[in-house]
Amino acid sequence: MQLEDLATTVLQQAQRLGASAGDVLIATGESFSAGVRLGEVEKIHNAREKRMGLRLFVGQSSAITSTANFTREAVQTLVEETVALARATAADEFSGLPAAEDLARGFPDLDLADSPANLTPEDKIALAREAEAAALNTDSRVTNSEGAEFSSGSRELLYANSLGFIGRYDTTSYSLSVVPVASQNGTMQRDYWYSSHRKLNRLEPAPVVGKKAAERTLRRLGARRVKTQQAPVVFDPETAASLLRHLAGAVSGSALYRKTSFLLGKLGEKIAASGIWIDDDAHILSALGSKPFDGEGLPTCRTAVVADGVLTSYLLDTYSARKLGLRSTGNASRSFADVPTASPTNFFLRPGTTSPEEIIRSVRSGLYVTELSGFGVNPVTGDYSRGAVGLWIENGELAYPVEEITIAGNLLEMFQHIEVTGHDLELRGSIAAPTLKIARMTIAGE
Amino acid sequence: MQPIASNPERVLLDQHDLTTQQLEQVLGTALERRADYADLYFEARSAEAVSLEEGLVKKTARSISQGVGVRVLAGDKTGYAHSDDITLDTLQIAARTARAIVHEAGETRVVSSAGPSQAPRDLYTLSTPPATIPLTEKIALLQQIDEEARRYDPRITNVMASLTVEQKHVLILTSAGVMVADTQPLLRLQVTCIATQGTIRQQGSHGGGGRVEFNFLFDQDRWRIFTREAARQAILGLEAVPAPAGTMTVVLGPGWPGILLHEAIGHGLEGDFNRKKVSAFSDLMGKKVASELCTVVDDGTLPNRRGSLNVDDEGTPTSRTVLIEKGILRGYLQDRLNATLMKMPLTGNGRRESFAHMPMPRMTNTFMLPGDSTPEDIIKSVPRGLYAVSFGGGQVDITSGKFVFSASEAYLIEDGKVTRPVKGATLIGNGPEVLTRISLVGNDLRLDDGIGTCGKEGQSVPVGVGLPTVRIDGLTVGGTQA
Repeated sequence: MQLEDLATTVLQQAQRLGASAGDVLIATGESFSAGVRLGEVEKIHNAREKRMGLRLFVGQSSAITSTANFTREAVQTLVEETVALARATAADEFSGLPAAEDLARGFPDLDLADSPANLTPEDKIALAREAEAAALNTDSRVTNSEGAEFSSGSRELLYANSLGFIGRYDTTSYSLSVVPVASQNGTMQRDYWYSSHRKLNRLEPAPVVGKKAAERTLRRLGARRVKTQQAPVVFDPETAASLLRHLAGAVSGSALYRKTSFLLGKLGEKIAASGIWIDDDAHILSALGSKPFDGEGLPTCRTAVVADGVLTSYLLDTYSARKLGLRSTGNASRSFADVPTASPTNFFLRPGTTSPEEIIRSVRSGLYVTELSGFGVNPVTGDYSRGAVGLWIENGELAYPVEEITIAGNLLEMFQHIEVTGHDLELRGSIAAPTLKIARMTIAGE
Repeated sequence: MQPIASNPERVLLDQHDLTTQQLEQVLGTALERRADYADLYFEARSAEAVSLEEGLVKKTARSISQGVGVRVLAGDKTGYAHSDDITLDTLQIAARTARAIVHEAGETRVVSSAGPSQAPRDLYTLSTPPATIPLTEKIALLQQIDEEARRYDPRITNVMASLTVEQKHVLILTSAGVMVADTQPLLRLQVTCIATQGTIRQQGSHGGGGRVEFNFLFDQDRWRIFTREAARQAILGLEAVPAPAGTMTVVLGPGWPGILLHEAIGHGLEGDFNRKKVSAFSDLMGKKVASELCTVVDDGTLPNRRGSLNVDDEGTPTSRTVLIEKGILRGYLQDRLNATLMKMPLTGNGRRESFAHMPMPRMTNTFMLPGDSTPEDIIKSVPRGLYAVSFGGGQVDITSGKFVFSASEAYLIEDGKVTRPVKGATLIGNGPEVLTRISLVGNDLRLDDGIGTCGKEGQSVPVGVGLPTVRIDGLTVGGTQA
């Protein structure tokens, strides 16, 4: 059965069995990954999957179910169970599908799927092998490897609801990653580099990925600790993106209506330094976070979340928007087994004009952080404390590697004390930032 | 939910019109080239989640998944194919795809199993599996939790509670002739409270569960204890002062702080990292990696625990593995691939998130055996330090050995007394070194309440941890007060 027919059948069946409204998400896909280690193929994984997520309303009560079994009997049982579950659930006056007139009518072509690539499994293995070889050949201190992996996938996704909306789009994705291990004086370090994109020819070349992974690993050799102190911290684009991820969580509708966000009540207020602009943009061609319509069938768009340091918008889905007395921003994200929740599409901090080198030169003594670890972020208060790895900056130069230290502060204060942003924004994932310098944080070490 | 069958292999085979003989043929196909080993992992899982917020049970979700993974091993190579379609045709295709890892032609081999065997242990047969409890009872419990939390303190302004139950049937067939089935129940209750005082807000969380009946939550009034614990933590946070920064003596409370062992040494002792010599523990077998007060085990055989299994996801019976004995490194955690290549015994630690994932060495329940000190004496021995009793998650860099874990409830110790609560802070240390600094081990070993989930290479599995009160002479605390 075609996915469209399946969706229509399910929704009709649901209404016959007592549902007053509903929506369904169906996806099918294929994926492949090949891992190479020390030049030899280590693992190959092939998969073909499908899944359906069904949400049904009985009045203002609802339930969500999901299955991978699309047979007539299984689907019939699923619909019956979903209606029964919904009846047992409390009525919620804010629940329901979006208003019919708000649903997306035309869909922008965002070029999210590659033309079929004539890439055999052997070609894919060769890419992983080439990337790892480049890492291993960079320097004799690269002595080992956790391997290189190439993966590819394609997916078709369909969303339909009982208001008559039906939309579908296809996506592809490719990624290549390498994790080299280097050793020196009996100690080991690992780091990684990766590239991922919806288009195969937009991946960074395999030798570049490998070499960059090796360089990142090599610069960690001989890492030491530093004394506990307060100092400026420069975040590289990868770690700066993690700060943006925390911010994305804090502006999402569910964190706000649950009052679990440190940005609660801050709409219209200055939450970041002047000159900081943060956008959510679902329409960037071929980008990993782009989508033609959101998880509830609403049109997607570009939203200015922070404008010159002022919080100008939250990211909302229909439910959280109703709870907050606002309008959805088209950021509903729908998973199979959960209700739609607001999440970012492509979420990024606009680049400044300074080069990362100049930013480092502006620090007399401070930390250039390249990796963060742990879960020490309190979303309610913004209190922040994470393990850090990086390079110590002395007199404007990267002097030596550091590890086994933490950096701590408060997210709101950190965003308010961004002194300068780099010109090096690159949309390597769906959340991205350029190099950032935060005036002062507490570094714990010796 | 699916009917609960006493006989999981029948659930998986009859439902798909498959016979043991057909599966043996599939294994034969998988082995047609020069492979060492092949296995099939069938899984049928049903899960139900009920959640409450703002006083209402707004959300009920149920998901059903099933599928099969076919694996072929040849030397250190793994071929894997999985499908959510369980038919003889898809199995044969998956077997041919998985064996593509091997290029050399081999001989045709006939695989025959000894026929289905029950799992060798019986750690969690439940007379009333939680999946069979009517929704109304679960909803009623969540509502009681909401009331209990709000009654604890008027400053509790929101309560989020969720109850998740699942039932997993697995059937594992291997070319070594093993055919074993298991039914694995799992229950988890999580309570989060938000406390508000003026403009200050804080949250506290607690929960528990295991491979237990719904009644577990009512025995010993556990649901009430978990709820009050979440509320207490949220209220306590309102008065927390900034945490100190720097290296100091740290006392860890019993139970969940055992996450220290999981991050600092557990992952570093998994067979894969050691075979590849990318672990900070590679080549430390037989060497001293902890103070002699420390004996650490991984035990998948504890009845009803979240991290326990009758057999691992490769069909190997789980066991109790001594990782560190009186400070000396004694054991690794193994799956079949790594045990074979390292010529070491299987330990029953080959686990996977689902049929869509390859197995790898993973922990089960990891804990330190108790010592002689009383917790009171341990605290009394510290002039100035940090007492950490509850944690969020942790993470480790296997290769450098550096690990972090984040305290969510901690206090200052001043002159041998526990004084002010401090805000959350990340603790950081070096795995092969941290346990050498343990100077006192308490007599109060506790296992956690059953909420742990471990992530590795994108796969999540339920685990447990445990610890007696311990004193660590020097661990870096990542607060803001330098």
